Amino acid sequence: MAKSEQGRRDFMGMALGGFTALGGIGALYAMKRSWDPLPSVKAAGFTTVDLSGAQPNVLNVEKWRGKPIFVLKKSADMKKDPRDVVVGSDHYHVSIGLCTHLGCIPAYVPDDHKFKCACHGGEFDASGHEIFGPPPSPLEIPPFKIDGTKLVLGEAGPEYKKMLDAGLTA
Amino acid sequence: MAHFEKAKNLNEWLDQRLAVNTLKKVMQTEYWIPKNINFLWAMGMVLAATFGILLVSGIFLLMYYKPDTNLAFDSVNYTIMSEVGYGWLWRHVHGVGASLVFLIIYIHMFTGIYYGSYKKGRELIWLSGMGLFVAFSAEAFSGYMLPWGQMSYWAGMVITNLFSGGSLEAYGLVEWIRGDYVPADAFLTRFFMLHVLLIPVAIIGLIVLHFGTLRIPHVNNQDGEEFDFAEAAELYKAGKVKESKVIPFSPVFLSKDVLVMGVYFILFFYLVFYHFEFAMDPVNFDPADGLKTPAHIYPEWYFLWSYEILRPFSKDLGLIAFAIAQVIFFMLPFLDRSPNVAPASRRGLFKYWFWLMLLDMITLTFMGKLPPTDALFANIGLVAAILFFVLWIALPIITKLEKKL
Repeated sequence: MAKSEQGRRDFMGMALGGFTALGGIGALYAMKRSWDPLPSVKAAGFTTVDLSGAQPNVLNVEKWRGKPIFVLKKSADMKKDPRDVVVGSDHYHVSIGLCTHLGCIPAYVPDDHKFKCACHGGEFDASGHEIFGPPPSPLEIPPFKIDGTKLVLGEAGPEYKKMLDAGLTA
Repeated sequence: MAHFEKAKNLNEWLDQRLAVNTLKKVMQTEYWIPKNINFLWAMGMVLAATFGILLVSGIFLLMYYKPDTNLAFDSVNYTIMSEVGYGWLWRHVHGVGASLVFLIIYIHMFTGIYYGSYKKGRELIWLSGMGLFVAFSAEAFSGYMLPWGQMSYWAGMVITNLFSGGSLEAYGLVEWIRGDYVPADAFLTRFFMLHVLLIPVAIIGLIVLHFGTLRIPHVNNQDGEEFDFAEAAELYKAGKVKESKVIPFSPVFLSKDVLVMGVYFILFFYLVFYHFEFAMDPVNFDPADGLKTPAHIYPEWYFLWSYEILRPFSKDLGLIAFAIAQVIFFMLPFLDRSPNVAPASRRGLFKYWFWLMLLDMITLTFMGKLPPTDALFANIGLVAAILFFVLWIALPIITKLEKKL
Protein backbone atom coordinates (compact mmCIF):
# COMPACT_ATOMS: atom_id res chain seq x y z
CA MET A 1 0.00 0.00 0.00
CA ALA A 2 1.33 3.47 -0.90
CA LYS A 3 2.43 5.62 1.97
CA SER A 4 -0.03 8.40 1.20
CA GLU A 5 -2.82 5.79 1.02
CA GLN A 6 -1.81 4.53 4.50
CA GLY A 7 -1.83 8.06 5.89
CA ARG A 8 -5.23 8.73 4.36
CA ARG A 9 -6.68 5.56 5.88
CA ASP A 10 -5.19 6.31 9.29
CA PHE A 11 -6.70 9.76 9.14
CA MET A 12 -10.12 8.39 8.21
CA GLY A 13 -9.88 5.82 10.98
CA MET A 14 -8.97 8.42 13.56
CA ALA A 15 -11.62 10.86 12.36
CA LEU A 16 -14.30 8.18 12.48
CA GLY A 17 -13.06 6.89 15.85
CA GLY A 18 -12.91 10.40 17.27
CA PHE A 19 -16.45 11.27 16.25
CA THR A 20 -17.74 7.93 17.47
CA ALA A 21 -16.02 8.45 20.84
CA LEU A 22 -17.53 11.93 21.05
CA GLY A 23 -20.98 10.56 20.33
CA GLY A 24 -20.37 7.78 22.84
CA ILE A 25 -19.47 10.25 25.57
CA GLY A 26 -22.57 12.27 24.73
CA ALA A 27 -24.70 9.14 24.94
CA LEU A 28 -23.16 8.21 28.30
CA TYR A 29 -23.99 11.67 29.62
CA ALA A 30 -27.58 11.33 28.41
CA MET A 31 -27.80 7.93 30.10
CA LYS A 32 -26.46 9.33 33.36
CA ARG A 33 -28.99 12.18 33.22
CA SER A 34 -31.83 9.76 32.54
CA TRP A 35 -31.04 8.02 35.82
CA ASP A 36 -31.08 11.30 37.79
CA PRO A 37 -34.01 11.99 40.12
CA LEU A 38 -36.76 13.76 38.16
CA PRO A 39 -37.45 17.48 38.76
CA SER A 40 -40.84 16.52 40.22
CA VAL A 41 -39.10 14.20 42.67
CA LYS A 42 -36.68 16.95 43.66
CA ALA A 43 -39.50 19.49 44.00
CA ALA A 44 -41.26 17.08 46.34
CA GLY A 45 -38.10 17.16 48.44
CA PHE A 46 -39.56 20.00 50.52
CA THR A 47 -42.21 19.44 53.16
CA THR A 48 -43.87 22.14 55.23
CA VAL A 49 -44.94 21.22 58.74
CA ASP A 50 -47.25 23.46 60.77
CA LEU A 51 -46.09 23.42 64.38
CA SER A 52 -48.89 25.53 65.88
CA GLY A 53 -51.16 22.57 66.65
CA ALA A 54 -48.47 20.39 68.31
CA GLN A 55 -49.19 19.01 71.81
CA PRO A 56 -46.33 18.71 74.33
CA ASN A 57 -44.82 15.25 74.74
CA VAL A 58 -46.86 13.82 71.84
CA LEU A 59 -44.79 12.57 68.94
CA ASN A 60 -45.86 13.62 65.45
CA VAL A 61 -44.42 11.67 62.57
CA GLU A 62 -44.25 13.57 59.29
CA LYS A 63 -42.99 12.30 55.96
CA TRP A 64 -40.15 14.03 54.13
CA ARG A 65 -38.41 12.52 51.10
CA GLY A 66 -40.10 9.26 52.00
CA LYS A 67 -38.47 9.17 55.41
CA PRO A 68 -40.27 9.51 58.74
CA ILE A 69 -39.60 12.80 60.53
CA PHE A 70 -40.06 13.00 64.30
CA VAL A 71 -41.52 16.25 65.60
CA LEU A 72 -41.78 16.34 69.38
CA LYS A 73 -42.87 19.44 71.25
CA LYS A 74 -41.08 19.43 74.60
CA SER A 75 -43.10 19.83 77.76
CA ALA A 76 -41.87 22.08 80.58
CA ASP A 77 -40.33 19.18 82.52
CA MET A 78 -38.22 17.97 79.58
CA LYS A 79 -34.58 18.92 79.29
CA LYS A 80 -33.72 21.64 76.78
CA ASP A 81 -30.91 20.93 74.34
CA PRO A 82 -28.79 22.85 71.80
CA ARG A 83 -30.28 20.51 69.17
CA ASP A 84 -33.77 21.82 69.84
CA VAL A 85 -35.63 23.77 67.20
CA VAL A 86 -36.84 26.88 68.98
CA VAL A 87 -39.99 28.56 67.66
CA GLY A 88 -41.05 31.51 69.82
CA SER A 89 -40.78 30.13 73.37
CA ASP A 90 -41.43 26.52 72.41
CA HIS A 91 -38.73 23.87 72.09
CA TYR A 92 -39.12 21.08 69.57
CA HIS A 93 -37.10 18.01 68.86
CA VAL A 94 -37.01 17.44 65.09
CA SER A 95 -35.12 14.51 63.57
CA ILE A 96 -35.13 11.86 60.86
CA GLY A 97 -36.87 8.97 62.58
CA LEU A 98 -34.44 6.27 61.50
CA CYS A 99 -32.20 4.58 64.03
CA THR A 100 -28.59 5.44 63.23
CA HIS A 101 -27.65 1.80 63.71
CA LEU A 102 -29.40 -0.01 60.86
CA GLY A 103 -32.23 2.30 59.88
CA CYS A 104 -35.23 0.88 61.77
CA ILE A 105 -37.85 3.30 63.07
CA PRO A 106 -37.70 3.75 66.87
CA ALA A 107 -40.93 4.13 68.87
CA TYR A 108 -41.53 6.97 71.36
CA VAL A 109 -42.27 6.11 74.98
CA PRO A 110 -43.90 9.31 76.38
CA ASP A 111 -43.64 8.28 80.06
CA ASP A 112 -39.86 7.78 79.90
CA HIS A 113 -39.28 10.61 77.37
CA LYS A 114 -37.30 8.10 75.32
CA PHE A 115 -37.16 6.61 71.83
CA LYS A 116 -36.72 2.85 71.82
CA CYS A 117 -35.75 0.85 68.75
CA ALA A 118 -37.30 -2.61 68.58
CA CYS A 119 -34.69 -3.99 66.19
CA HIS A 120 -31.57 -4.08 68.32
CA GLY A 121 -32.58 -2.33 71.53
CA GLY A 122 -31.04 1.09 70.84
CA GLU A 123 -32.41 4.02 72.87
CA PHE A 124 -32.39 7.78 72.36
CA ASP A 125 -33.46 10.52 74.75
CA ALA A 126 -36.06 13.15 73.84
CA SER A 127 -33.32 15.26 72.21
CA GLY A 128 -32.26 12.36 70.02
CA HIS A 129 -28.99 11.58 71.84
CA GLU A 130 -28.08 7.91 71.87
CA ILE A 131 -28.21 6.68 75.45
CA PHE A 132 -28.20 2.90 75.16
CA GLY A 133 -27.34 0.07 72.77
CA PRO A 134 -25.63 -0.06 69.37
CA PRO A 135 -26.53 3.31 67.72
CA PRO A 136 -23.24 5.07 66.87
CA SER A 137 -24.64 8.62 66.71
CA PRO A 138 -27.68 10.76 67.64
CA LEU A 139 -30.81 10.85 65.49
CA GLU A 140 -30.02 13.01 62.47
CA ILE A 141 -31.58 16.46 62.15
CA PRO A 142 -32.86 17.18 58.61
CA PRO A 143 -32.23 20.54 56.93
CA PHE A 144 -34.98 22.91 58.07
CA LYS A 145 -36.02 26.54 57.87
CA ILE A 146 -38.29 28.22 60.37
CA ASP A 147 -41.04 30.19 58.66
CA GLY A 148 -43.29 31.76 61.32
CA THR A 149 -44.87 28.80 63.10
CA LYS A 150 -44.09 26.58 60.14
CA LEU A 151 -41.10 24.39 59.51
CA VAL A 152 -39.85 23.87 55.94
CA LEU A 153 -37.96 20.60 55.70
CA GLY A 154 -35.33 20.24 52.99
CA GLU A 155 -34.29 23.89 53.04
CA ALA A 156 -31.33 24.93 55.20
CA GLY A 157 -32.28 28.03 57.22
CA PRO A 158 -29.90 30.06 59.47
CA GLU A 159 -30.83 28.02 62.59
CA TYR A 160 -30.02 24.78 60.80
CA LYS A 161 -26.75 26.14 59.44
CA LYS A 162 -25.74 27.16 62.94
CA MET A 163 -26.38 23.63 64.21
CA LEU A 164 -24.55 22.16 61.22
CA ASP A 165 -21.50 24.34 61.88
CA ALA A 166 -21.55 23.34 65.54
CA GLY A 167 -21.65 19.69 64.45
CA LEU A 168 -24.95 19.05 66.22
CA THR A 169 -27.06 17.70 63.36
CA ALA A 170 -25.84 14.12 63.39
CA MET B 1 -24.72 -14.96 -6.20
CA ALA B 2 -23.45 -18.35 -5.15
CA HIS B 3 -24.57 -21.42 -7.07
CA PHE B 4 -27.36 -23.53 -5.48
CA GLU B 5 -28.43 -27.02 -6.55
CA LYS B 6 -32.05 -28.01 -6.14
CA ALA B 7 -32.35 -29.53 -2.68
CA LYS B 8 -33.70 -33.07 -2.23
CA ASN B 9 -35.17 -32.44 1.23
CA LEU B 10 -35.62 -29.78 3.89
CA ASN B 11 -32.41 -30.64 5.72
CA GLU B 12 -30.38 -30.29 2.54
CA TRP B 13 -32.18 -27.04 1.71
CA LEU B 14 -31.27 -25.66 5.14
CA ASP B 15 -27.74 -27.03 4.92
CA GLN B 16 -27.14 -25.23 1.62
CA ARG B 17 -28.22 -21.93 3.15
CA LEU B 18 -27.19 -22.23 6.81
CA ALA B 19 -24.62 -25.03 6.92
CA VAL B 20 -26.76 -26.72 9.57
CA ASN B 21 -24.87 -30.01 9.24
CA THR B 22 -21.57 -28.34 10.06
CA LEU B 23 -23.22 -26.43 12.86
CA LYS B 24 -24.64 -29.63 14.31
CA LYS B 25 -21.23 -31.31 14.17
CA VAL B 26 -19.42 -28.40 15.78
CA MET B 27 -21.96 -27.82 18.51
CA GLN B 28 -23.23 -31.32 19.19
CA THR B 29 -22.13 -34.55 17.56
CA GLU B 30 -18.43 -33.68 17.44
CA TYR B 31 -18.16 -31.61 20.59
CA TRP B 32 -16.30 -34.06 22.80
CA ILE B 33 -16.87 -34.64 26.50
CA PRO B 34 -14.60 -36.90 28.60
CA LYS B 35 -16.10 -40.17 29.82
CA ASN B 36 -14.45 -39.98 33.21
CA ILE B 37 -17.03 -37.71 34.84
CA ASN B 38 -19.91 -38.01 37.32
CA PHE B 39 -23.35 -36.51 37.89
CA LEU B 40 -21.81 -33.22 39.05
CA TRP B 41 -20.85 -32.56 35.42
CA ALA B 42 -24.56 -32.27 34.59
CA MET B 43 -25.01 -29.09 36.64
CA GLY B 44 -24.23 -26.84 33.68
CA MET B 45 -27.14 -28.16 31.63
CA VAL B 46 -29.33 -28.23 34.75
CA LEU B 47 -28.59 -24.52 35.10
CA ALA B 48 -29.32 -23.87 31.43
CA ALA B 49 -32.66 -25.68 31.78
CA THR B 50 -33.53 -23.75 34.96
CA PHE B 51 -32.70 -20.50 33.21
CA GLY B 52 -35.05 -21.52 30.39
CA ILE B 53 -37.82 -22.17 32.89
CA LEU B 54 -37.22 -18.82 34.58
CA LEU B 55 -37.43 -17.12 31.18
CA VAL B 56 -40.72 -18.79 30.22
CA SER B 57 -42.40 -18.27 33.61
CA GLY B 58 -41.10 -14.70 33.60
CA ILE B 59 -42.69 -14.00 30.21
CA PHE B 60 -46.10 -15.01 31.54
CA LEU B 61 -45.68 -12.98 34.74
CA LEU B 62 -44.72 -9.99 32.61
CA MET B 63 -48.14 -10.05 30.93
CA TYR B 64 -49.93 -8.96 34.11
CA TYR B 65 -47.27 -7.38 36.29
CA LYS B 66 -47.52 -3.57 36.67
CA PRO B 67 -44.30 -1.71 37.52
CA ASP B 68 -45.92 1.08 39.53
CA THR B 69 -45.64 1.51 43.29
CA ASN B 70 -49.41 1.85 43.58
CA LEU B 71 -50.23 -1.16 41.44
CA ALA B 72 -47.31 -3.59 41.71
CA PHE B 73 -48.26 -5.29 44.96
CA ASP B 74 -51.84 -6.03 43.88
CA SER B 75 -50.86 -6.99 40.36
CA VAL B 76 -48.74 -9.78 41.86
CA ASN B 77 -50.69 -10.78 44.93
CA TYR B 78 -54.20 -10.31 43.58
CA THR B 79 -54.23 -10.32 39.79
CA ILE B 80 -51.55 -12.93 39.10
CA MET B 81 -52.28 -15.07 42.14
CA SER B 82 -56.05 -15.24 42.03
CA GLU B 83 -57.36 -13.91 38.71
CA VAL B 84 -54.97 -15.09 36.03
CA GLY B 85 -55.53 -18.73 35.09
CA TYR B 86 -52.54 -20.65 36.47
CA GLY B 87 -50.89 -17.33 37.36
CA TRP B 88 -49.95 -18.90 40.70
CA LEU B 89 -48.04 -21.59 38.82
CA TRP B 90 -45.83 -19.09 36.98
CA ARG B 91 -45.17 -17.20 40.16
CA HIS B 92 -44.25 -20.26 42.20
CA VAL B 93 -42.14 -21.68 39.36
CA HIS B 94 -40.37 -18.32 39.07
CA GLY B 95 -39.80 -18.00 42.83
CA VAL B 96 -38.66 -21.59 43.35
CA GLY B 97 -36.55 -21.44 40.19
CA ALA B 98 -34.79 -18.28 41.38
CA SER B 99 -33.92 -19.99 44.64
CA LEU B 100 -32.85 -23.33 43.18
CA VAL B 101 -30.78 -21.75 40.45
CA PHE B 102 -28.49 -20.47 43.21
CA LEU B 103 -28.31 -23.89 44.88
CA ILE B 104 -27.15 -25.38 41.57
CA ILE B 105 -24.79 -22.45 40.90
CA TYR B 106 -23.12 -23.09 44.27
CA ILE B 107 -22.85 -26.84 43.58
CA HIS B 108 -21.47 -26.05 40.10
CA MET B 109 -18.93 -23.63 41.62
CA PHE B 110 -17.75 -25.95 44.34
CA THR B 111 -17.48 -28.82 41.85
CA GLY B 112 -15.15 -26.62 39.82
CA ILE B 113 -13.14 -25.75 42.92
CA TYR B 114 -12.92 -29.37 44.06
CA TYR B 115 -11.65 -30.71 40.74
CA GLY B 116 -9.40 -27.72 39.94
CA SER B 117 -11.42 -26.89 36.82
CA TYR B 118 -10.31 -23.24 36.87
CA LYS B 119 -6.63 -23.80 36.17
CA LYS B 120 -4.20 -23.90 33.26
CA GLY B 121 -6.19 -22.81 30.24
CA ARG B 122 -9.54 -22.91 32.02
CA GLU B 123 -9.23 -19.50 33.72
CA LEU B 124 -11.72 -17.88 31.36
CA ILE B 125 -14.30 -20.56 32.09
CA TRP B 126 -14.03 -19.65 35.75
CA LEU B 127 -14.07 -15.89 35.14
CA SER B 128 -17.07 -15.98 32.80
CA GLY B 129 -18.81 -18.28 35.29
CA MET B 130 -18.18 -15.80 38.08
CA GLY B 131 -19.53 -13.10 35.77
CA LEU B 132 -22.69 -15.19 35.50
CA PHE B 133 -22.84 -15.50 39.29
CA VAL B 134 -22.73 -11.71 39.64
CA ALA B 135 -25.29 -11.23 36.86
CA PHE B 136 -27.64 -13.79 38.46
CA SER B 137 -27.21 -12.05 41.82
CA ALA B 138 -28.20 -8.72 40.26
CA GLU B 139 -31.10 -10.45 38.51
CA ALA B 140 -32.30 -11.99 41.77
CA PHE B 141 -32.04 -8.72 43.65
CA SER B 142 -33.82 -6.65 40.99
CA GLY B 143 -36.56 -9.29 40.75
CA TYR B 144 -37.01 -9.26 44.50
CA MET B 145 -37.97 -5.57 44.29
CA LEU B 146 -40.88 -6.16 41.93
CA PRO B 147 -43.67 -7.45 44.24
CA TRP B 148 -43.13 -4.22 46.24
CA GLY B 149 -43.73 -5.79 49.63
CA GLN B 150 -42.05 -4.84 52.88
CA MET B 151 -38.99 -7.04 52.24
CA SER B 152 -38.69 -5.70 48.68
CA TYR B 153 -38.74 -2.14 49.93
CA TRP B 154 -36.37 -2.55 52.85
CA ALA B 155 -33.96 -4.80 50.96
CA GLY B 156 -33.91 -2.10 48.27
CA MET B 157 -33.28 0.53 50.94
CA VAL B 158 -30.45 -1.37 52.63
CA ILE B 159 -28.70 -2.65 49.50
CA THR B 160 -28.74 0.72 47.74
CA ASN B 161 -27.51 2.31 50.98
CA LEU B 162 -24.40 0.13 50.71
CA PHE B 163 -23.35 2.35 47.81
CA SER B 164 -23.00 5.30 50.19
CA GLY B 165 -19.65 3.66 51.05
CA GLY B 166 -20.01 3.99 54.84
CA SER B 167 -18.02 7.01 56.01
CA LEU B 168 -17.69 8.27 52.44
CA GLU B 169 -21.38 9.23 52.82
CA ALA B 170 -21.92 9.22 49.06
CA TYR B 171 -25.67 9.74 49.40
CA GLY B 172 -25.69 11.55 46.06
CA LEU B 173 -24.73 8.28 44.39
CA VAL B 174 -27.39 6.38 46.35
CA GLU B 175 -30.05 8.89 45.30
CA TRP B 176 -28.83 8.68 41.72
CA ILE B 177 -29.17 4.91 41.72
CA ARG B 178 -32.67 5.17 43.20
CA GLY B 179 -33.76 8.19 41.18
CA ASP B 180 -35.30 9.43 44.42
CA TYR B 181 -34.42 10.01 48.05
CA VAL B 182 -35.92 6.67 48.97
CA PRO B 183 -36.91 3.64 46.87
CA ALA B 184 -40.03 4.89 45.05
CA ASP B 185 -41.60 4.81 41.60
CA ALA B 186 -38.46 5.73 39.65
CA PHE B 187 -36.59 3.02 41.56
CA LEU B 188 -39.21 0.35 40.85
CA THR B 189 -39.45 1.11 37.13
CA ARG B 190 -35.69 1.10 36.58
CA PHE B 191 -35.20 -2.13 38.49
CA PHE B 192 -38.06 -3.57 36.46
CA MET B 193 -36.17 -2.61 33.29
CA LEU B 194 -32.98 -4.19 34.64
CA HIS B 195 -34.80 -7.36 35.64
CA VAL B 196 -36.69 -7.99 32.41
CA LEU B 197 -34.27 -6.66 29.83
CA LEU B 198 -30.74 -5.49 30.53
CA ILE B 199 -29.59 -8.17 32.97
CA PRO B 200 -31.23 -11.10 31.11
CA VAL B 201 -29.54 -9.93 27.90
CA ALA B 202 -26.23 -9.77 29.78
CA ILE B 203 -26.86 -13.26 31.19
CA ILE B 204 -27.56 -14.71 27.74
CA GLY B 205 -24.39 -13.10 26.42
CA LEU B 206 -22.37 -14.46 29.32
CA ILE B 207 -23.81 -17.95 28.85
CA VAL B 208 -22.66 -17.89 25.20
CA LEU B 209 -19.21 -16.71 26.36
CA HIS B 210 -19.13 -19.37 29.10
CA PHE B 211 -19.85 -22.12 26.54
CA GLY B 212 -17.29 -20.60 24.19
CA THR B 213 -14.55 -20.65 26.83
CA LEU B 214 -15.12 -24.40 27.28
CA ARG B 215 -14.55 -25.25 23.67
CA ILE B 216 -10.75 -25.20 23.44
CA PRO B 217 -9.65 -26.41 26.92
CA HIS B 218 -12.60 -28.85 27.03
CA VAL B 219 -14.47 -29.99 30.11
CA ASN B 220 -12.30 -31.22 32.98
CA ASN B 221 -12.58 -34.83 34.21
CA GLN B 222 -12.56 -36.60 37.57
CA ASP B 223 -8.76 -37.03 37.61
CA GLY B 224 -7.75 -33.75 35.98
CA GLU B 225 -6.18 -35.96 33.32
CA GLU B 226 -4.73 -34.24 30.26
CA PHE B 227 -5.22 -36.15 27.03
CA ASP B 228 -5.40 -35.70 23.28
CA PHE B 229 -9.03 -34.96 22.43
CA ALA B 230 -8.45 -35.18 18.68
CA GLU B 231 -6.97 -38.66 19.03
CA ALA B 232 -9.76 -39.81 21.36
CA ALA B 233 -12.33 -38.38 18.96
CA GLU B 234 -10.81 -40.32 16.02
CA LEU B 235 -11.12 -43.55 18.03
CA TYR B 236 -14.77 -42.81 18.77
CA LYS B 237 -15.55 -41.95 15.17
CA ALA B 238 -13.79 -45.11 14.01
CA GLY B 239 -16.31 -47.07 16.03
CA LYS B 240 -13.96 -47.87 18.95
CA VAL B 241 -16.41 -46.34 21.35
CA LYS B 242 -15.21 -48.42 24.30
CA GLU B 243 -11.53 -47.60 23.87
CA SER B 244 -12.12 -43.89 23.36
CA LYS B 245 -11.90 -41.55 26.34
CA VAL B 246 -14.62 -39.29 25.00
CA ILE B 247 -18.29 -39.18 24.08
CA PRO B 248 -20.08 -36.66 21.89
CA PHE B 249 -22.02 -33.90 23.67
CA SER B 250 -25.18 -34.82 21.80
CA PRO B 251 -26.83 -37.25 22.01
CA VAL B 252 -24.64 -39.23 24.46
CA PHE B 253 -23.62 -36.74 27.14
CA LEU B 254 -26.95 -34.93 26.86
CA SER B 255 -28.86 -38.12 27.55
CA LYS B 256 -26.91 -38.48 30.81
CA ASP B 257 -27.69 -34.84 31.57
CA VAL B 258 -31.36 -35.51 30.99
CA LEU B 259 -31.33 -38.23 33.64
CA VAL B 260 -29.87 -35.84 36.23
CA MET B 261 -32.33 -33.17 35.10
CA GLY B 262 -35.14 -35.66 35.63
CA VAL B 263 -34.13 -36.17 39.25
CA TYR B 264 -33.64 -32.43 39.68
CA PHE B 265 -37.05 -31.56 38.28
CA ILE B 266 -38.74 -33.98 40.65
CA LEU B 267 -37.29 -31.88 43.47
CA PHE B 268 -38.09 -28.69 41.57
CA PHE B 269 -41.77 -29.43 41.07
CA TYR B 270 -42.15 -30.99 44.49
CA LEU B 271 -41.14 -27.58 45.84
CA VAL B 272 -43.30 -25.70 43.34
CA PHE B 273 -46.44 -27.62 44.24
CA TYR B 274 -45.96 -28.51 47.90
CA HIS B 275 -43.37 -26.19 49.43
CA PHE B 276 -43.38 -23.01 47.39
CA GLU B 277 -43.53 -21.03 50.64
CA PHE B 278 -39.81 -21.56 51.22
CA ALA B 279 -39.18 -19.07 48.41
CA MET B 280 -41.89 -16.67 49.61
CA ASP B 281 -41.03 -14.63 52.66
CA PRO B 282 -44.21 -13.93 54.70
CA VAL B 283 -43.02 -10.39 55.47
CA ASN B 284 -43.16 -9.62 51.75
CA PHE B 285 -46.93 -10.17 51.81
CA ASP B 286 -47.26 -6.82 53.59
CA PRO B 287 -47.24 -3.95 51.09
CA ALA B 288 -44.14 -1.72 51.11
CA ASP B 289 -44.27 0.93 53.82
CA GLY B 290 -41.46 3.45 54.07
CA LEU B 291 -42.59 4.46 57.56
CA LYS B 292 -42.42 1.01 59.14
CA THR B 293 -39.35 -1.24 59.24
CA PRO B 294 -39.83 -5.00 59.59
CA ALA B 295 -38.38 -6.19 62.91
CA HIS B 296 -35.69 -8.30 61.30
CA ILE B 297 -34.36 -7.77 57.79
CA TYR B 298 -32.48 -10.58 56.12
CA PRO B 299 -31.82 -11.49 52.49
CA GLU B 300 -32.80 -14.69 50.69
CA TRP B 301 -30.74 -17.71 51.74
CA TYR B 302 -28.28 -17.49 48.85
CA PHE B 303 -27.03 -14.05 49.92
CA LEU B 304 -26.82 -14.87 53.64
CA TRP B 305 -23.13 -15.82 53.67
CA SER B 306 -22.00 -12.49 52.30
CA TYR B 307 -24.56 -10.62 54.43
CA GLU B 308 -23.08 -12.31 57.50
CA ILE B 309 -19.61 -11.11 56.45
CA LEU B 310 -20.98 -7.54 56.41
CA ARG B 311 -22.63 -7.76 59.77
CA PRO B 312 -20.20 -8.51 62.59
CA PHE B 313 -17.76 -5.71 61.77
CA SER B 314 -18.04 -1.94 62.27
CA LYS B 315 -19.78 -0.11 59.45
CA ASP B 316 -16.73 0.72 57.30
CA LEU B 317 -14.79 -2.46 57.94
CA GLY B 318 -17.97 -4.46 57.27
CA LEU B 319 -18.44 -2.75 53.92
CA ILE B 320 -14.84 -3.40 52.88
CA ALA B 321 -15.11 -7.04 53.97
CA PHE B 322 -18.39 -7.38 52.06
CA ALA B 323 -16.90 -5.81 48.91
CA ILE B 324 -13.90 -8.16 49.02
CA ALA B 325 -16.11 -11.20 49.64
CA GLN B 326 -18.14 -10.30 46.53
CA VAL B 327 -15.14 -10.39 44.19
CA ILE B 328 -12.59 -12.67 45.86
CA PHE B 329 -13.83 -15.80 44.06
CA PHE B 330 -12.87 -14.16 40.75
CA MET B 331 -9.26 -14.34 41.95
CA LEU B 332 -9.26 -18.10 42.56
CA PRO B 333 -7.30 -19.12 39.40
CA PHE B 334 -4.59 -16.61 40.33
CA LEU B 335 -4.44 -17.22 44.07
CA ASP B 336 -4.11 -20.97 43.64
CA ARG B 337 -0.36 -21.23 42.94
CA SER B 338 -0.25 -24.98 42.46
CA PRO B 339 0.05 -26.37 38.91
CA ASN B 340 -1.83 -29.54 39.89
CA VAL B 341 -5.16 -30.12 38.18
CA ALA B 342 -6.57 -32.83 40.41
CA PRO B 343 -9.41 -33.47 42.84
CA ALA B 344 -8.89 -31.73 46.18
CA SER B 345 -8.59 -35.10 47.94
CA ARG B 346 -5.19 -35.65 46.25
CA ARG B 347 -3.88 -32.17 46.80
CA GLY B 348 -2.59 -32.25 50.40
CA LEU B 349 -3.50 -29.13 52.39
CA PHE B 350 -5.87 -27.93 49.69
CA LYS B 351 -8.19 -30.77 50.67
CA TYR B 352 -8.66 -29.18 54.10
CA TRP B 353 -8.91 -25.73 52.55
CA PHE B 354 -11.77 -26.88 50.34
CA TRP B 355 -13.82 -28.50 53.08
CA LEU B 356 -13.14 -25.68 55.54
CA MET B 357 -14.27 -23.10 52.96
CA LEU B 358 -17.44 -25.05 52.23
CA LEU B 359 -18.25 -25.53 55.93
CA ASP B 360 -17.43 -21.90 56.65
CA MET B 361 -19.82 -20.65 53.98
CA ILE B 362 -22.56 -22.95 55.28
CA THR B 363 -21.94 -21.66 58.82
CA LEU B 364 -22.06 -18.06 57.59
CA THR B 365 -25.33 -18.83 55.81
CA PHE B 366 -26.96 -20.19 58.98
CA MET B 367 -25.67 -17.36 61.18
CA GLY B 368 -26.85 -14.78 58.65
CA LYS B 369 -30.44 -15.89 59.14
CA LEU B 370 -30.38 -15.45 62.93
CA PRO B 371 -31.13 -12.11 64.56
CA PRO B 372 -27.90 -10.33 65.62
CA THR B 373 -29.03 -10.03 69.24
CA ASP B 374 -27.82 -13.43 70.44
CA ALA B 375 -24.21 -13.04 71.61
CA LEU B 376 -23.21 -16.67 71.00
CA PHE B 377 -24.43 -16.74 67.40
CA ALA B 378 -22.99 -13.27 66.75
CA ASN B 379 -19.59 -14.55 67.90
CA ILE B 380 -19.81 -17.68 65.76
CA GLY B 381 -20.63 -15.38 62.83
CA LEU B 382 -17.62 -13.20 63.59
CA VAL B 383 -15.25 -16.18 63.79
CA ALA B 384 -16.66 -17.61 60.55
CA ALA B 385 -16.26 -14.23 58.81
CA ILE B 386 -12.65 -13.94 59.96
CA LEU B 387 -11.96 -17.56 58.94
CA PHE B 388 -13.26 -16.74 55.45
CA PHE B 389 -10.52 -14.15 54.99
CA VAL B 390 -7.85 -16.24 56.71
CA LEU B 391 -8.57 -19.02 54.23
CA TRP B 392 -8.16 -16.70 51.26
CA ILE B 393 -4.89 -15.35 52.65
CA ALA B 394 -3.67 -18.90 53.28
CA LEU B 395 -4.58 -20.15 49.79
CA PRO B 396 -1.52 -18.89 47.86
CA ILE B 397 0.77 -20.12 50.65
CA ILE B 398 -0.60 -23.65 50.99
CA THR B 399 -0.86 -24.12 47.23
CA LYS B 400 2.70 -22.89 46.76
CA LEU B 401 3.85 -25.55 49.23
CA GLU B 402 1.84 -28.24 47.47
CA LYS B 403 3.90 -31.09 45.97
CA LYS B 404 3.71 -31.45 42.23
CA LEU B 405 1.72 -34.55 41.33
